[in-house]
Amino acid sequence: MAALIGAVFVVITGMLGGFRQSESLTRLSRGGVYFVLLCMTIAMIAMEAALLSHDFSVEYVSQVGSRETPPYYTAISLWSSLDGSILFWGWILAAYAALVAFVNRHRNERLMPFVNATMMLVGVFFFGLMVGPASPFGLVSPTPANGPGPNPLLQNHPLMGLHPPMLYFGYVGLTVPFAFSIAALLSGKLDDSWIRATRRWTIAPWAFLSVGIVAGAWWSYEVLGWGGYWAWDPVENASFLPWLTATAFLHSVMVQERRGMMKTWNLSLVIGTFLLTLFGTFLTRSGILDSVHAFTEGVIGPLFLGFIAFLAIASLALIAWRSDRLHAPGSLEGVVSRESAFIMNNLLFAAFTFTVLLGTTFPLIVEAFNGQRISVGPPYFNMVTAPLGLALLFLMGVGPALPWRRTTAENMRRTFWLPVAIGLTVGLLAWVAGIRRVYPLVTFTFAGFVMTTIFEEFRKGVRARQRISGTGPVQAFGQLLRRSHRRYGGYIVHAGIVVIVVALSISTAWRFEREATLNVGERFLIGDYGVQLERVWGDQETQRFVVGSSFSIWDGDRQIGTMEPRMNYYPASQQPIATPAVRSNPKEDLYLTLMAFDNQQGTYATVRAIVNPGVPWLWVGGMIIAIGAVLSILPGPKQTRPTSVVTLHEPAEEPEPAPEELEAVPA
Amino acid sequence: MVIKGRRAWMGLGLLAIAGAVALLVAGGLKDNVVFFLTPSELEAKGASVYDRPVRLGGQVVPESKTWDPQTRDLRFVVTDGTAEIPVHSVGAPPAMFEEGIGVVVEGRLGSDGVFESDNVMVKHSNEYQPPHEDKTAAKMFESLVESED
Repeated sequence: MAALIGAVFVVITGMLGGFRQSESLTRLSRGGVYFVLLCMTIAMIAMEAALLSHDFSVEYVSQVGSRETPPYYTAISLWSSLDGSILFWGWILAAYAALVAFVNRHRNERLMPFVNATMMLVGVFFFGLMVGPASPFGLVSPTPANGPGPNPLLQNHPLMGLHPPMLYFGYVGLTVPFAFSIAALLSGKLDDSWIRATRRWTIAPWAFLSVGIVAGAWWSYEVLGWGGYWAWDPVENASFLPWLTATAFLHSVMVQERRGMMKTWNLSLVIGTFLLTLFGTFLTRSGILDSVHAFTEGVIGPLFLGFIAFLAIASLALIAWRSDRLHAPGSLEGVVSRESAFIMNNLLFAAFTFTVLLGTTFPLIVEAFNGQRISVGPPYFNMVTAPLGLALLFLMGVGPALPWRRTTAENMRRTFWLPVAIGLTVGLLAWVAGIRRVYPLVTFTFAGFVMTTIFEEFRKGVRARQRISGTGPVQAFGQLLRRSHRRYGGYIVHAGIVVIVVALSISTAWRFEREATLNVGERFLIGDYGVQLERVWGDQETQRFVVGSSFSIWDGDRQIGTMEPRMNYYPASQQPIATPAVRSNPKEDLYLTLMAFDNQQGTYATVRAIVNPGVPWLWVGGMIIAIGAVLSILPGPKQTRPTSVVTLHEPAEEPEPAPEELEAVPA
Repeated sequence: MVIKGRRAWMGLGLLAIAGAVALLVAGGLKDNVVFFLTPSELEAKGASVYDRPVRLGGQVVPESKTWDPQTRDLRFVVTDGTAEIPVHSVGAPPAMFEEGIGVVVEGRLGSDGVFESDNVMVKHSNEYQPPHEDKTAAKMFESLVESED
């Protein structure tokens, strides 16, 4: 409540301070932001305390708490239902706002009041929800003695402690670049300062979002029991859409920095990204689409739609109002150049976003028009996104190796002969190995090509550094990462993406499954694995009842392990939660799900066994992306900052080695 | 003039991409839209939906379920109160599958009038319902716990 008042206060002082360019009002708005964070922190600690002490007089605790739930899941049940999620969301927003205000307390004076105001305008909406329709602190009387515990799906795997917060940190963090873009529009200061100020504020949420998406896929794989990790579920799409536009923005920003082009486009991308995060929240939280994630709730939906519409119209109006200041000083010089690769990249990402958005909302559109209820299944998404994804993969190998402005045929030949040769070799080897499917063949070829380009970029960079500083290759590599961390961090992210794409392609093409009913002692074969039922058992655990099955796994006559897929029965739900067992090696996963069992003597069980090649590499790829992203956010080397500028601006990025310099290095 | 030429190239490229995407999307939607139908609607459509992917929603008719754990043949009848459609699928029924419960089955109606399903989903609410004393999992599967030792 106090946070809401504080936020309204910040919106007002921020706006006034911005337009009057008043120092004191700006300071007031900053103080307001800190105050909001303080209020939200108190609220969140209070909620956590209520959860952990099982204070069932608090309505939210009585909904998601139970005495039997282990402390870990009790602590994270903060985000297991609508009201708590919004509280957590509000706290993250306040934390971001305060951090932005603090970091920028001596810079970007023209922008900051508007930034504070915009952040808090979004805050007012969420805090308003909390005070009104989604109040987490409502009281119930009489106080129940116990509660049902969190939604069973959400207390079945430790990844629930990682996946939602990562997504929220990503979602909410994207408010920051949005706030800066609005601030730029409002203040009329439309040069590159807002872009420079938000660089890290975009990469960090982007990284959170990426990790959140991969963790979500992992969670789905480990909990939902159908052996897949991505179902083009509307809510998965909701997290993926802002990721796509944010990724596009991370790339197109570089064109504006280097060449002063695409200004309007960048503003639109940032605003669109933010609107998509809200839309995603709306999809998730309104229950408009059937989905495993939706916590159905009535009034929140229309409120969200109204807020999205308001922001969309306001942003468009702002862009139109400032359009006279958005002329691009630069222009496209060569058809084949770094900037045209970036433009292609953005077109493809835009197309990707459009197709996913259309597929997600198509059922709603059709139902609104003729009342037919339809759904758009994964085949649509797979069919449409696979070519776009491959085109993007290809571009990932081309873009980074192209020079800015223009290039010559001779340059092209010198840069690309090796990557192309290696890519083709990889494709040829795959062909020789007996692979005949088109998509995997193309994917492997492109992956070889891209990986070689990335490797070449690193090699050239190291060589150039060695020549400049005269150190050994290892030291030069370290220097390279330190000095041009944004660029090479980006390449590491690219490598992670390649790993994921290859893993996706392999697991989609060569997954196979077999379902069978086994009596105790019976064995069946799937791939190279023998799967033998040993016994079916039941066990009462503190918060749930478990029916488990034990299988021994055989490689020929040699037993190589045991696996225990189970079904967890939580008291809150009649529906058991299947808990698959997964056995990983670098090549593939063996994935067992208990489907049915003899519920009296335990003499037989029906099991679905899936061999999922390549899946472990999805998670590896996710970790590589995280490492690359962290590397590119790390603060730049101190000694390269010109000291006179340091207090006023973000340090300018270490200029990348000039292309001429690189090309002088013999290939 | 040079700039113009490049602009034209970019424009052409843009058009080509937009066209390709539009084709992909239109084709993808045409082939992959799955209609959600009730048994009556499915019956009314008759032959026009043979072999088209459909999601069929309704209740499982009491005493219509047969399930053979060895061959894993599952048969049951889905109704919306007026029409009844027999369903066949291979694979274990979902854990909460029981007669009278709401289900959504994905599959195709064969020309023999039997709905061949490749995915049977149980519709369940996430609302909290206190379990019946004798229907808790611990009670229902008591014998399994004892068989442990």
